This record gives sequence, C-alpha cells and structure tokens, in this order.
Amino acid sequence: MQPILQIQGVSKLYEAHQALNRVSFEVPKGSIFGLLGPNGAGKTSLIRIITQITAPDEGRVLFEGQPLLPHHVQQIGYLPEERGLYKKMKVGEQLVYLARLRGLEKVNATERIKVWADRLDLKPWLNKNVEDLSKGMQQKVQFIATVLHEPKLLILDEPFSGFDPVNANIIRDEILKLRDQGCTVIFSTHRMESVEQMCDYIALINNSEKVMEGSVRDVKARYRSHTYHVEGTGKLLIMSPDFKVLTQAQQGDQFRAEVQLEPQIGPNQLLRYLIERVEVQGFQEKIPSIHDIFIQTVTQK
Amino acid sequence: MDKIWLVFQREYLVRVRKKSFIVMTILGPLLMALVMIVPIWLATMTDDTKVVQVLDESGYLKGKLTSTEELKFINVPGPVETAKATYLESEDAALLYIPKLNLDKPQGIQLFSQKSTSLSMKTNLEKRVREELEEVKFANSGIDQKVLEKIKTPVNIRTVNLSAEGEKSSDVAVTSGVGFIGAFLIYLFIFLYGAQIMRGVIEEKTSRILEVMVSSVKPFQLMAGKILGIAAVGLTQFLLWITLTTAISGGVTAQFDLNRFSDAQINQTVQGMKDDRDVQQAQEVHEVVSAVQNLNLPLLIGSFLFYFLGGYLLYGALFGAVGAAVDSETDSQQFMLPITVPLILSFIVAQTIIVKNPNGPVAFWMSMVPFTSPVVMMLRMPFGVPTWELLLSMFLLIAGFIGTIWVAARIYRVGILMYGKKVNYRELSKWLFYKG
Repeated sequence: MQPILQIQGVSKLYEAHQALNRVSFEVPKGSIFGLLGPNGAGKTSLIRIITQITAPDEGRVLFEGQPLLPHHVQQIGYLPEERGLYKKMKVGEQLVYLARLRGLEKVNATERIKVWADRLDLKPWLNKNVEDLSKGMQQKVQFIATVLHEPKLLILDEPFSGFDPVNANIIRDEILKLRDQGCTVIFSTHRMESVEQMCDYIALINNSEKVMEGSVRDVKARYRSHTYHVEGTGKLLIMSPDFKVLTQAQQGDQFRAEVQLEPQIGPNQLLRYLIERVEVQGFQEKIPSIHDIFIQTVTQK
Repeated sequence: MDKIWLVFQREYLVRVRKKSFIVMTILGPLLMALVMIVPIWLATMTDDTKVVQVLDESGYLKGKLTSTEELKFINVPGPVETAKATYLESEDAALLYIPKLNLDKPQGIQLFSQKSTSLSMKTNLEKRVREELEEVKFANSGIDQKVLEKIKTPVNIRTVNLSAEGEKSSDVAVTSGVGFIGAFLIYLFIFLYGAQIMRGVIEEKTSRILEVMVSSVKPFQLMAGKILGIAAVGLTQFLLWITLTTAISGGVTAQFDLNRFSDAQINQTVQGMKDDRDVQQAQEVHEVVSAVQNLNLPLLIGSFLFYFLGGYLLYGALFGAVGAAVDSETDSQQFMLPITVPLILSFIVAQTIIVKNPNGPVAFWMSMVPFTSPVVMMLRMPFGVPTWELLLSMFLLIAGFIGTIWVAARIYRVGILMYGKKVNYRELSKWLFYKG
C-alpha cells in the first residue's frame, strides 16, 4: 500500500542553525506513527514543513504520492504543541470558524460539532466564551477543532499535555478509534509510555537527523541484546564461554540473573545449560523499552 | 480569497458585537455635539455684573463711563489712600484709579483688586478709558466725532479663484478648514485602528492560536483579512457617526436657516439692509457658503476615500508587523516610534507650513512621500492641486502600501511563530530575506 506521507531528503536551515539535515522516512497509511526526539531536535520544524507553514530548503514531501500542494491542508489536521483559542469567542462559533477555514461548509460543520460535543461532553459549553472553560475543556475543544474536517492525516504534538488521566484516556481512545476508521496519526511526544501503548511505527530525530525508523517491533528487535532474564532455585554458577552473566543476585535458595548470549548461540542452548544445573522458574528475553532505546540513542551521540 | 473573506468576517463581527463598539458609536456623536455646544453655552452664560469703583482725579471721565451688563461703575471720593481703604472693606471687583493726566502721555492709571482681575476685564477697561480720552482729544483738536465715523471705511477683500472655467469665490478659512478636517480624520483613523490591528495580532500571539491558524490559512491571508476587517469596523463606525451627527446637526442648521445667504437671495437681503455693518456680515456669510459650494466636492470626497484607505493600508500593515514582532504591547514601543513619527510630523507641519504655503516645496514633497501624503495631500486638496501631482502622489501611495505590505507580510510570517525572543531591528531585517 502506498504510504500516506513520504519525506524525502528534507533539509531546513535557519540562519546558522541546521534544523533538519536530509531527513527521509515514510508514514504508512492507517498507522499511528511516533515522531520522537529530544527538545530542539527538529520535530517542530519538520511538522511545520508537513503542514506547509514553512517550506523545506531541500528535498520534498509527498502526500499520497503527490508533492504537497495548498489544497492538501484540508486533508491534514494539526494540533500544535503551542496551542490556544480565541478567548473572547463562543466555543461553537470558534469551531465553525476553524472548520470553515479548513474548507468545511457551515452546515456540515455545525452537524459534526454537535456529534463531537456529545461524545466529549461539551454540549452545555458550546454557547460559552472560551475564557470561561477550564484548561482541560479548552484542550478538548482544540482536539475537536483538529479532527472536525475528518482529515486523512492527523498530526498531534504532545496531545496529552494539559489533560488529567481520565480525559487523557478519553482522548487516547478517540485517537485509536480514528485510526481504526482509516485515519493516519503522526504523534509527537516525550511520553514514551504512550508511544509504547499506541504507536505502530516510530522515527527518532536527534540533532536534526533521523537516527532511527521502523515499526515498533522491528526497532525493538534491532535493539535486542540477546539478554535473558532468568529466575529459579538452586545455586547458579555459569562457567561457559557462550554465556556472559551481566548481573546476578542470590537470596538464600533463590537466584535471579541476566545473561547475555554470544551471537551464534540461541536461547534454547542457555535453557538446556540451565536445566541441567538449577530449577528454572522464570525465563524471559529482556526486550528494551522504547524509553531505553530513546535514551540510549540520544545519549550515544 | 475565500479565506481572507472568512478572516475578514470574524474580525469584523467580533469587534462590531463588542459592547465598547456600540457604546462608542452612540457616545461619539454626543461627545462631538458636546464639544460644539459647550463652548457656545459657556460663552452665552453671562457672569454676574461686576462693580468697579472709579476714582477719577483727572476729571476727563466724569459721568462718561456708563454701566453695562458686565461692569457697573460707581464713583468714589479721593484721595487714593482713603479710596483704597474703603475698597478693601467693600466686596466690589476692582478700584480704577485715574490720576491727573497729561493727555499726550497718559500715565499712572491703576487698577486695584483683591483677587487678580481677568484679562478680559482689563482689556475692556483699557478700551473704555482709551475711547473716552480719544474723544476728549478729538474735541480739543476740533475734530467732530461724527465726521470721523464717516471717514472710517470697512474693507473686506473678496478672494476669487480665476481659472479658465471662470471665477469662483474662495475663502481661505473655508478651504483650509475643509482640508484640515479631512486630514484630521485620516490621522485619527490611522492611529485608532492601526493600533487595533497591532493589539489584535498581539492577542492572537499571546493566546497561541496562530500556529493552528497558519496551518490552514496563509499568514498573508490572515494579515489581509484582519487589516480589511478592522478597516470595515472603522468605516462602519464613521458611517454611523456621520448619520447620527447629521441627524443632530440637521436640527441645528434648520434653526439657522443657511439658505438666507444663497446667491439668489443675497442681493435682496443686502438691499433690504440699511446698516453697513449688517451688509458686511451678510456678505461674509455669503462668501463662506459659496466657498463651500464652490469646492470640487466629488473630487474631494473621492480623494479623501483614496487617501483614507491608502494611508490606513500602508500604516496598518506596519502596525500588524510590529504586533507580530513583539510578545506584548509593552515591548512594542521601540518599533512604534518610527511608525508614528512621520504621521505626527505630517500633522504638525500641516498646521503651520502647509496652510501658509500650500503649493510650496515642503508641501509638495510631503504630499509625494507615501508616509506623509495621506494627511498632507488632504490639506492641499481644497487649495487646488495640479492633476499630475495628484496622480503621481496617488501612484506613489499605491506603490508605498504594496511595499509596506510586502515588508510587513515577511515580518509577520516569521514573527507570529516566534515566542519569547527579544527582537531588534537587525533581527527584523534578516526576517525579510528568510525563505518560505
């Protein structure tokens, strides 16, 4: 299937500062795509290029195989990190206004606003001024404004900031629901646990360059270190060149250890080796979390 | 274009629906009416009659100073010291002391008062005493006062613009007055609504709505919609003001019945009048009325609208750019100054140099430079400006506002997404050349 977004060798230079340096990756259709990176890595610059707020100095971006054009704006919903609303405008009017700027007819907009307001418990607030709403409530309004025109691509920059855990869950479920309906979501965040929970694919940008890309499973597989976590009873004493004990703890009869295998060795060999010597109660591959991978990749450089 | 229209609608409706707009629209004409009425009302209010004690040692003024509504004279006996003492005990306004006088060089006249006297009272007394002394002198030198009255000749020069199309009465006071009103309105409009553009942009910046906006609207469209929307708000307000003011002043005009002074009726009226002074006054009013009628009103109104909008667009774009470059209104001062200086300058110069010499070099150049031309050209218009000058000035103004809009759009585009950064001029000039 054709990816919804292809980023090809995109560079952006601000005066002396290289914000993006030949970044390329693809966002598969119907996925939730995590765009990760530390502060100042170039995520926002890239998002602004995708949303056509700025243009790249080099390279190009393809939307469904076509170079980005102004009308693509209507297919994209963008929730920026720095976000706000007109404080002195009524919630309903403001939503209609933002939807119309995205090319929606007034009648359609009004209908959809009703549906969304019902879903997110905003109905009593539609006629209130934005400044009368709580911050969480305003965030909901912003979320509705982002998805109202039913975009094919949704770009969410830190979507959960400002939400309490309950509302964060509501929004997370809405995002997943949209994904199931065929919407592609690009998701930029520092909260790695939500990446782990939600993302199908990720790309990591560090120092203006893409340093990693792929499906979450592939990335994790790539970062496997052939390390296994072993628990059991007995006294563990490993004396084989095939295995390397990273940590080991003994508590009375109980042991716990992390063992790394040499590249040509499989986990069954370790298991066999162990079974002969101790009673194995737990055996699990130690898979790195996205959090670990993030920190490892970023601090390496 | 659709999007500019949408932005325009929002900017317009949000402002027009504000309570402050409605209040100002109603209060504006009332305030204006007050400004017109209060001085007249104050002037017609007569003060209490003031009593002036007169001690006349010269004898020239005996019984000559007749009391009026404002001043009542009573003679008091001398010498000065006793007069002063009795005056201090009284509550009268002043004590006028006239010593023995040398008529050629009257000196030593004094006015004592417990509170300081008003200037008008002093000049009034000076005039009265002078007139009386002059009369004594006329009598002494054998000139009859009545003969003198006949010799006095009132002269009032009627100014006429002579051109190929014929003669036209013109009145310098009227022409400069009309120009001044036009220039003042433009000046006021640019300041009031230009500042609103700036505040609007700053408000959008602080509420962090701009990044959402520019992902669906081009910054230029956003800026254009805002500038035009606010212009429409201003025009609406002016229109309402004019309607309301006309309604109010309609009543006033009806009372004075200016028709009396129209060309057809003036001769009759003049013949009907016997007193010279009345004739002269009627003639003056007639001239004012005909000067207003002789102004090329379609051209004036047309060019007023042109300079009004042109000047507003030129400055409005710059105000918008300033709003985009700063984070809060307090930071805007350093950028506001260079924008407001040419505007204020043109208005100050307008009142002196240009009214004195509406076709001089200063007036010419200031009506060419787009930053000053909206105000200055409006002042010159009623005096008659050569067509080529007018066209050149209009062309330069169009070029000027396209230029400032270009500059402003570039600053705006970068500025609206820039937070928490102190910006200086060097930084701004770099923004002009940022790519897309």
